[in-house]
Amino acid sequence: MSTTRVIDKAEARRRRREARVQYLRDSFVLWRRNHLMVVGTAILVFLLLVAAFAPLIATHDPYAQTLADRLQPPSMQHFFGTDSLGRDIYSRVIYGSRVTLAIAFLVAVISTPLGMAIGVVSGYFGRATDEILMRLSDIFLAFPKLILAIAFAAALGPGVENAIVAIAVANWPSYARLARAETLAVRNNDYIQVIRSMGASNLRIMVGHITPMCLSSIIVRLSLDMGTIILTAAGLGFLGLGAQPPMPEWGLMVSDGRQFLVDQWWVSTLPGVAILIVVMGFNLVGDGIRDILDPHQRQS
Amino acid sequence: MTTVNTEPLLRVEDLKVRFYTLRGVVHALERVRFTLNRQETLGLAGETGCGKSVTARSVLRLIDPPGRIISGRILFEGRDLLTLDEATMRTIRGSQISMIMQEPKMSLNPVIRVGDQIAETLLIHERSLNRRTARARAVDMLAQLGIPDPARVARRYPHELSGGMAQRVMIAMMLVTRPKLLIADEPTSALDVTIQAQILELMKKLVREIETSVLMITHDLGVMAETCDRVAVMYAGEMVETGPVRSVLKNPQHPYTRGLLQTVPDKANPEHPLYSIRGNVPSLLQPPTGCRFAPRCEYAMQRCHEELPPYYHLEGDHQCACFLHAEKAEVARP
Amino acid sequence: MQTSPQSRPPAQIRRPDAPPPREGASAADPLLRIRDLHVHFHIKEGVLRQHQATVKAVNALSLDLFAGDVFGLVGESGCGKTTLGRAVVGLAPVTAGEIRFKGRSIVGLEGRAAFERARAIQLIFQDPYASLHPRKTVCDLVGLGLKLHHLAEGYEIDERVLAMLERVGFSIDHMYRYAHEFSGGQRQRIALARALVLHPELLILDEPTSALDVSVQAQILNLLKELQREFRLTYLFISHDLGVVRYMSNRIGVMYLGSMVETGATADIFRQCQHPYTRVLLSSLPSLDPDAPHRGILLEGDPPTPVDPPPGCPFAPRCPEARDRCRSEKPVLAPRADIPTHLTACHFPHLG
Repeated sequence: MSTTRVIDKAEARRRRREARVQYLRDSFVLWRRNHLMVVGTAILVFLLLVAAFAPLIATHDPYAQTLADRLQPPSMQHFFGTDSLGRDIYSRVIYGSRVTLAIAFLVAVISTPLGMAIGVVSGYFGRATDEILMRLSDIFLAFPKLILAIAFAAALGPGVENAIVAIAVANWPSYARLARAETLAVRNNDYIQVIRSMGASNLRIMVGHITPMCLSSIIVRLSLDMGTIILTAAGLGFLGLGAQPPMPEWGLMVSDGRQFLVDQWWVSTLPGVAILIVVMGFNLVGDGIRDILDPHQRQS
Repeated sequence: MTTVNTEPLLRVEDLKVRFYTLRGVVHALERVRFTLNRQETLGLAGETGCGKSVTARSVLRLIDPPGRIISGRILFEGRDLLTLDEATMRTIRGSQISMIMQEPKMSLNPVIRVGDQIAETLLIHERSLNRRTARARAVDMLAQLGIPDPARVARRYPHELSGGMAQRVMIAMMLVTRPKLLIADEPTSALDVTIQAQILELMKKLVREIETSVLMITHDLGVMAETCDRVAVMYAGEMVETGPVRSVLKNPQHPYTRGLLQTVPDKANPEHPLYSIRGNVPSLLQPPTGCRFAPRCEYAMQRCHEELPPYYHLEGDHQCACFLHAEKAEVARP
Repeated sequence: MQTSPQSRPPAQIRRPDAPPPREGASAADPLLRIRDLHVHFHIKEGVLRQHQATVKAVNALSLDLFAGDVFGLVGESGCGKTTLGRAVVGLAPVTAGEIRFKGRSIVGLEGRAAFERARAIQLIFQDPYASLHPRKTVCDLVGLGLKLHHLAEGYEIDERVLAMLERVGFSIDHMYRYAHEFSGGQRQRIALARALVLHPELLILDEPTSALDVSVQAQILNLLKELQREFRLTYLFISHDLGVVRYMSNRIGVMYLGSMVETGATADIFRQCQHPYTRVLLSSLPSLDPDAPHRGILLEGDPPTPVDPPPGCPFAPRCPEARDRCRSEKPVLAPRADIPTHLTACHFPHLG
């Protein structure tokens, strides 16, 4: 009996693609059913488009100051009015979406892999490794995230880049805890024992088999955290520790308008509304994404 | 025995149940029909997914959405249970009809002592009792079930008991109200063979003492042979054969029953190669038209794929839903 | 801690119908030889991790498995049969005793040696719903061994996987789907394909059909028989169902509370079983003839847990024929009648 069966490579590729397409199609159906999720996704897509097409949508140069036109209310020339230096708030909000997206993305990219790696290693090896790593994360978790971020930002100095690092550092322990919990749950399951009995190395098991099982809860958590991350960045900006003027960061813009809150409400409020909408979008998506990623929903 | 009451205790007529799921409509039960006489044990046999549990739960009207009982009649002592309101149903559940489930530890509340759980069943249905009397009767029941030191066991929590012990508690809980009908859904599947023997023996004894009728659901043909008077075989939501256990096991009339009996290693013929029925159980989302077993049946005729066979009446209360009998037998009236 | 006496090795068995042994093993040596195996788990509680109790999952167990055998290991829950299977493939820690595969010890292997063992010995798990990784396609699942052991690269893996999947009854349509789309019987077949793609010599099957319906069980058992002949495999078939074990095996071993209580050729054991526990198990085999119902021997009490077992024979507390000697002295596994390959651990065995 021959041990191989010749498969046409193109055929194999096609079938793999088909299976993946079916997976996406099922995901789409699940997505569509959840109306709130659809709204959330729409908001995020909108944010992306705004950030991408900023130069086309903005009406003015976000940095251009026209002191004669300072603190003008919303009008046809300045949709959202102007701030204390005469800059068009609408254009600054549009360009600010880029900053917001960059911060959200970079914080995710730094804190998530770091947290996951530490969590999986900790849960997989247990005992001493687990104790040491978890005590380390406990130290970070003992502080409220905002305070910790402020402390790091203050230590590192002002600037958006430092703010990003500060927020990432404050965030990784939550993902580590989550990854560790998932690893503990999964580590003794039969399918992992199977792979061990086949001779797989620990590294391979952790990276190739345990991490995929953690991904869904981490993604859900991250989506729900996005709102907080953006608010923290805005908070840091507000306090002067994050983005520095003249960068059109939304939190900074809200801070700038503090003194004019009563009479020239648009300076603080409109960037604030932008923050509100984006955070809401992330929250709605975060809630819904769990259902899509759960393999049980797909069982026939 | 006592008064001659030849009316069957339970009569199910043309029960149809569907589940409306995301993937489509699952045709769980299709014109299921059987009779359970008084003080008789009827075995409901079949494999996973054939609808035995759904049938049992339909009798107790415990089918929740997305499932729905579409049509049919379930006559318990002459009353159609499907027409009763929920409040009346609740007086029947637990006192006149009880159900034992497969995994005893999962069916017992983990934070309440077992004696109290048995007592609670009594208190729900016999309002006049006080707590102390109910507890005493619970302990009595445990003693009747052969549990040593029943008073002590009554104070334990479910997780402190072994599987066999927990199942005994379940049985105590379900029989303490002396129901007329006991539905046992795979009561011994989760237990070891030696414990299984004990539990079945116990059940037989109690059933005789309390004069209960039993609807025994099982996939284990050996258990069926040992405990049941009559058998009803199900396949993919349909009843394919019913009759006295001796008849059905020694002289199976439906091709599925025949095939099934050949897949089990038999004590009498241990070396005999195991026959496996070719093909797979059909998906109930798109059940085949006509007889649901036809795609796998080696005797299938054209007619089998097109129409649903009626129940044919064979000799000695033996019924079979198969066109093979069309020539010789007459259609059974419901 | 009591030490139990060494049990004598069982004599050779001549099996005229066995296939010729594979290279590297002579007809006389067992493929797998287990001597006096102990797998103990210590329960430590309290702040200072004090020793509270010992779970003796496997307690002085010996067993010989020859190439081409189908050895049926029978017992109820708590007897240690699953732990034994896991210990052989290195998934349970061995406290004492030896396990030799083709003469070489496979206890406590690490790294390279463990890796090599994986190619030769594979384990099929009991629960088909838990043993397949939910996020991997069937192709990935079955091809994992090939990839790990560098037996094939790229599309060659897909090709070999397909060949094996077809052998167990699947087609290319199933290859790129996920585990949750398959039924229990299908999953076990996938697990079989996964194990066989490495062409192992010894396959340990831990209750492979217990979670399946009878008709699916029949399919799987027949498939297992075919595969054994075709791939010249040796099976250690673990089950609680004596009927199934009788159908599949040429030799049987009965376990109770971590020890082997009786072992021998299937025919011998069914003709004249010697140990009281085996008699109970045999009597519980169902009969499908309502005119000849089986008279099962009813045991009192529940199966014990292997925590701190009492001295003496492990079955003494429940044995209907136990005497004083049974409670104090643990019987040795040895031939008690004239068949040298039929061994029993009982002071008062039934000898016909």
